[in-house]
Amino acid sequence: MATIIEKGQDAVSSQIEVEALVTGCEAIAEAIRLADVDVMAAYPIRPYDGVMQAAAKLIADGKMDVEYIVADGEHSQFEIVKHACAVGARVFVGSSGVGWFYAMEAIAVTGGLRLPVVAICGNRALDDPGAFGTEHNDSLAVRDLGWLMPWAETAQESLDLALMAWRVGEDKRVSLPVAIGLDGAFLTHSQTIVKIPTQDAVNKFLPKYDLGNRLLHPDNPITIAPQVDQDWLMEIRRQNDAAMRRAQDVIREAHADFKRLFGRGGDNPFLDEYMTDDAEYVFFGQGTLALPMKVAIRRLRAQGHKVGLVRLKWFRPFPTADIVKSLLRFKAIGVIDRDYSFGSPNYGGVLYHEVRSALYSQPKRPVVLSFIAGLGGREIDQNMATQIFEKTKQAAEKGSLDQGDTCTWIGVRE
Amino acid sequence: MATTEKTATVAVKPGEERLVSIEVVYRGIFQKTLAQRICRGVVLASRRRNYTGTAFARYGDSPERNGVPAKQFAVVAPTDLELEAGMAKYEPAVVDVSVAVDDTLVKGIESWAWYGRQPIWKPVRDNGFVLVTSNSTPDELVQQTDKAERPYTLAVVPGGASFAGLWVYKDDHTDYRVLGALARLLPDWLPIEDVKASIRESTKDEARVVSVQFGYDNVRTREVKKGEGTDAHEKLQFEKPGWTKMREGIIVEARKPGERNPFYKKYTARTLRPVVNFDTCIKCTMCWLDCPDECFEVTPSGHYEVVYEACIGCGICAQVCPVKDCIVMVDELKFTDNTDKFVLYDKQPDAYRQWFTEMTGLPAIGSDKPAATGGD
Ligand code: SF4
Ligand code: SF4
Repeated sequence: MATIIEKGQDAVSSQIEVEALVTGCEAIAEAIRLADVDVMAAYPIRPYDGVMQAAAKLIADGKMDVEYIVADGEHSQFEIVKHACAVGARVFVGSSGVGWFYAMEAIAVTGGLRLPVVAICGNRALDDPGAFGTEHNDSLAVRDLGWLMPWAETAQESLDLALMAWRVGEDKRVSLPVAIGLDGAFLTHSQTIVKIPTQDAVNKFLPKYDLGNRLLHPDNPITIAPQVDQDWLMEIRRQNDAAMRRAQDVIREAHADFKRLFGRGGDNPFLDEYMTDDAEYVFFGQGTLALPMKVAIRRLRAQGHKVGLVRLKWFRPFPTADIVKSLLRFKAIGVIDRDYSFGSPNYGGVLYHEVRSALYSQPKRPVVLSFIAGLGGREIDQNMATQIFEKTKQAAEKGSLDQGDTCTWIGVRE
Repeated sequence: MATTEKTATVAVKPGEERLVSIEVVYRGIFQKTLAQRICRGVVLASRRRNYTGTAFARYGDSPERNGVPAKQFAVVAPTDLELEAGMAKYEPAVVDVSVAVDDTLVKGIESWAWYGRQPIWKPVRDNGFVLVTSNSTPDELVQQTDKAERPYTLAVVPGGASFAGLWVYKDDHTDYRVLGALARLLPDWLPIEDVKASIRESTKDEARVVSVQFGYDNVRTREVKKGEGTDAHEKLQFEKPGWTKMREGIIVEARKPGERNPFYKKYTARTLRPVVNFDTCIKCTMCWLDCPDECFEVTPSGHYEVVYEACIGCGICAQVCPVKDCIVMVDELKFTDNTDKFVLYDKQPDAYRQWFTEMTGLPAIGSDKPAATGGD
């Protein structure tokens, strides 16, 4: 049994890895401490505000030294860290739901400026109405804006992905902002046992933030973001694109290092496969929905069904090659989206359309089904898992779907 | 990342997940930290033999409202994999123990997080436990719980309701006594030695360990058979409509002036209830004006009567009433229903006066006499 500590109390001085019973938000606060973040900006909105409180407590208890700026709104919050990041500060920021949208102008330009801001989006349904539960459309709104987007399943993975985020985002080959998706409530507000790494180990993994000759400083006179017009913008976008493409290898590298140092992270940096070795069909999704689906898989396996799960860990950059390699082994893929794209090509989820597109160039493709489940934080229970399973299995047996039958809403009252 | 396929096949046979779920039902804000300490205490104690667990609050209860019933949970499992069956949920569908840290909660609970009024035993499994901190006996408490739909054991750990504020915690060892009592009820999951060792290690305070032992030693139990309990409490349940039935545009009917909300009543927030002495009332309107929930109705005689279905028991009316002992706050457990008492006063004033004295312990003084002689 590793040493259990109360919410990171002794983690600061500990020379061995310790355990703490913490929420996903508290695990992120531990990552902020371990990454020695210089500036964080805060503005309350649930579920992100759990990080705000946990970080404030670490500062108040004298366990963390970070410039903690409470902004007058999310827009300022994201502007503050963007600017701090340009003058060489390692930064952290975050929001949720409509707060995330209020910051959108600042979020939209951060990718182009190539500033490695690390943010969490504590996923929350978009108001109105005032729903606090998890839905992924808030994070997904930035999917085309040059942000890296990992998604966590557990509090442990939240901490681990945050450390990865600074490492990958700040890497000179990448230099892009990172938005970590954390499911509201299930992850952000549930306490589980989390391993808190030592400072020494983190220092080995995470080099100091260094912007090099892009540092905004009187000794290095530069102007960031001058006015440009049609003569310049395509080239800027193309640079952004090249950085995003390079990120794949940097993530692989960082993941290998992380695994070597901390012994966690699974075999593939982008995908977490569960009981797929002999699977005929799989569920596909991201975030905490993997938890009830894994319980379902064990239950279904006991009945003799060859079913598994592939969980996506990075939505951007979308790991097309890994996905193709993995998913071509199966007859049918049931993509479960905790989001929806109104009026999209097949009236389905965002993730579903991405997976389908990734597989399109393959001569022989599995059947891909779209399931919309758990919107607004609705729990995905075992009945719903069974419905998803049955439909996926049928499609696998038939080898195709009927016209217009690509997307199924699960657990919606008629 | 947390689990791999390999541990899956080694640790658990499919479909054999074992876990234990405990809920703590508490008064919002006032007992939030207490509930959290109990739930964390359960998980940390079970960690001593390498079990794992999760502790969380019912998300929809937050932001908590003063006194409104809320829930927190602890789920413990032998392995990470088995614990998955208890994760990514707002609350366990079935619990082994429901802990009520204020005994007035046994009358049923209505919260922000769910619809309707639930019996305290609602999620408790067959032959599970309802554990109450109370100075009443199990027999007395059964009188106030909803008629049991399945058998359970009612357990009482001695002590009153421990109330604190949002920023303070009343460290009166209630959490340790409850943890001790839980060890008694769930010896296979929470051995008393583990609980004591865990508390000893985290607090380095023997007095707290003694409180754990006290809870363990002094818990009293009583089996409750199917059908035992009261059916005097209101059934407050709703059907949620489907998407084809709901109004479009996120619209619900508003209440018309004078109408009260039939879907959300709030009275289970009450630990004390105002009882009005209509004889001494001077009809000054203060209670009617200041009640934050607009509970008072004006009677034809110009009195102000409390609609108990709407009253949260905040005590403001008793504070603003200028007449001594005209509005008296009385322990909610003394009442068995919410019926309005002005009718009784109107029809049989003497019967009402007798009832007033019985409930408040104060003499009912006629309006012709000054109130100053009322008991304190
Ligand atoms: S205690 Fe009095 S003031 Fe408070 S809600 Fe009830 S009737 Fe209103
Ligand atoms: S405040 Fe007291 S005296 Fe005034 S109307 Fe209400 S009950 Fe009567």
